[in-house]
Amino acid sequence: MTHTGRFRLWRGDAEGGALTDFDVEVNDGEVVLDVIHRIQATQAPDLAVRWNCKAGKCGSCSAEIDGRPRLMCMTRMSQFAPQDVVTVTPMRTFPVIRDLVTDVSFNYAKAREVPAFTPPADLAPGEYRMAQADVQRSQEFRKCIECFLCQDVCHVVRDHEENKPAFAGPRFLMRIAELELHPLDVADRVPAAQDEHGLGLCNITKCCTDVCPEGIKITDNALIPMKERVADRRYDPVVWLGRTIRRRRG
Amino acid sequence: MTTAARGVAARGVDTPGRAQVPARRLRSDRWWLPPAATAAGLLAFVVYGGVRAFQQQYFFADERYLTPFYSPCVSLGCASEPGAAHFGMFLPDHPLIPYAALSLPFLLGFRLTCYYYRKAYYRSIWIAPAACAVPEPHATYTGETRFPLILQNAHRYFFYVALLVSLVNTYDAIVAFRHPTDGFVVGVGNLVLLVNVALLWLYTVSCHSCRHVMGGRLTHFSKHPVRYWLWTRISALNTRHMLFAWVTLGTLVLTDLYVMLVARGTITDLRLIG
Ligand code: SF4
Ligand code: SF4
Ligand code: FES
Ligand code: FES
Repeated sequence: MTHTGRFRLWRGDAEGGALTDFDVEVNDGEVVLDVIHRIQATQAPDLAVRWNCKAGKCGSCSAEIDGRPRLMCMTRMSQFAPQDVVTVTPMRTFPVIRDLVTDVSFNYAKAREVPAFTPPADLAPGEYRMAQADVQRSQEFRKCIECFLCQDVCHVVRDHEENKPAFAGPRFLMRIAELELHPLDVADRVPAAQDEHGLGLCNITKCCTDVCPEGIKITDNALIPMKERVADRRYDPVVWLGRTIRRRRG
Repeated sequence: MTTAARGVAARGVDTPGRAQVPARRLRSDRWWLPPAATAAGLLAFVVYGGVRAFQQQYFFADERYLTPFYSPCVSLGCASEPGAAHFGMFLPDHPLIPYAALSLPFLLGFRLTCYYYRKAYYRSIWIAPAACAVPEPHATYTGETRFPLILQNAHRYFFYVALLVSLVNTYDAIVAFRHPTDGFVVGVGNLVLLVNVALLWLYTVSCHSCRHVMGGRLTHFSKHPVRYWLWTRISALNTRHMLFAWVTLGTLVLTDLYVMLVARGTITDLRLIG
C-alpha cells in the first residue's frame, strides 16, 4: 500500500530557517528516514541529513519527530495516520549546521573530560580477570550507541544553555558510573562526578531514560546509584565514620 | 519588544545558534495529562492525609484496629481510645500535634525525598520539566546542587526511620487479631491492615537507597554473595517502585477510611472468624 504522506521539515542554518511542507510517497513498512531520503531524491536534493546504518546502531540519525527526540531510522511510518503531518526538526539542544544536521561536538568535549579506564598499576593488559557478576552492571551502559538523544532531551542543558559548561549530561554521567562500578577501575570518580561533571544538576526526572533507543535505564541504574555514592561520601556521617575507623585500623 | 522579553525569548531552545524553529514545543500528544494527573493525585492525598492527621477522632475501631495515620499513637490524647497506644503516651494532647507526631514527619520526609516522588513533583508541580522536550518556564536552574534541594541527599536516613515505622505498622496489624474481650478474631479489617502493611513493605524495600545500602554500594559483588543476592531481589522490586508509591498512597487512604468508617459506626466490620 502506498499513500501520499505530509511532511514538514525544518530547513535552514544557524542564521535562520523555516518549516517547509512536502507531499511525498509513503510505502508500507517504511521508516521516517526512508521518506526523508525520498524527499531528498525527488524534491530537495540539497537537504542535509546525517545517517549511516539505518538499523538503529550507529546513532547518527537523531532528530526530533513531532517534537520528540527519536532516531529517524527507528520510527516507523505505521505509527502515523495517513493524514497526519509528520514534523521533523534537528535536535534542539545543539547548534544547527544545516537542515536536520546539528553540531554535536559538545558531546565529544564532555567525553574527553572523563578520565579513561584506570586499571591497577600492577596489572598488564591480558592479565585482567573479573567475575561476570562484577562487570554485569557496567555492561548495560556499553549498549550505548552515542545517539545523544538523552543529551538532547535533558532539560538541564536543553532549557539552560548556561549550564553546558558545568554539566556532562546523562550519557557521560553514565560513562562515569560505568567506570566507577567497574571491578578493575581504581580511579576515584565520585567527588568529580558531583563537582566537575554536574551530577547534582540532574533532578532525576528521567527524560533521558524515556528517549534512550537502547532502553538503557540511565536514571535508575547509573544516575541514582552515583547520587547514592556521592551521598555516602558527602552527606552520610555514619558511612564517613565507618570509613575513617576502618582506615585507622589499616 | 523590550529587552527583558528578548532575553526570555533567547533562552533554552531559542538560544542563538540552535535551529530557530517557530514553536518552542512541537509535541502534539497529550503531554500535559500525566503531570496534571500526578499533581491531582498528590494534592488529593495531601488534603486527605492533612485532614485526618489533625482530626484526632475515629482512629481506632472495634477496640483493635489502629489506622496507619495514627501509628504509633503516642499522644496523651490517645487515652480517648483505650488500647490504641501500643508504645506509651507522652506527647502533649494539642490540636496542632497529630497523635502520631513521632512517625508522620519522617514518613512525609521519606516520601518527599523519595527518588520517585521527586521526579513526580519536579515534573508536575515544579514544572522542571512538565514533560520531556517541553520547555520549562524557569529562567535559571540549579537542580539539586543547593539548599534546600541538596537535603534530598538525606533520603537514606528517612529510609532507616521508615523501616522502623514499617515494623510498628506490622506490629499493629498483628495485635489487631486480638480483641480485648473476644480473644483471637479475624475480621475484614484485619485483611485490610495486612494488605496495607505488606504493600508498605514493598514500597519501603524497593527504595533506591535500600538498593544501594543492601548491595549497590559494593563494587565486587562476587565477594559478597548474600548482599549480591539481596541486591538482585531489591533491584527486581525497584523497577516497580513507582507502582508501589502510588498503590501505597491508595491503600493508606483506603485503610484509614475503613478504620474511620468502622469507628464512626457507618459500616460494621464483618467477622470472618471468632
Ligand atoms: S534524569 Fe537527570 S540526566 Fe536524565 S534527563 Fe532528567 S535531569 Fe537530565
Ligand atoms: S544512553 Fe541511550 S540515548 Fe544516550 S547516547 Fe547512549 S544510546 Fe543514545
Ligand atoms: S541511521 Fe544509524 S541509528 Fe539511524
Ligand atoms: S522511597 Fe522512593 S527511592 Fe527511597
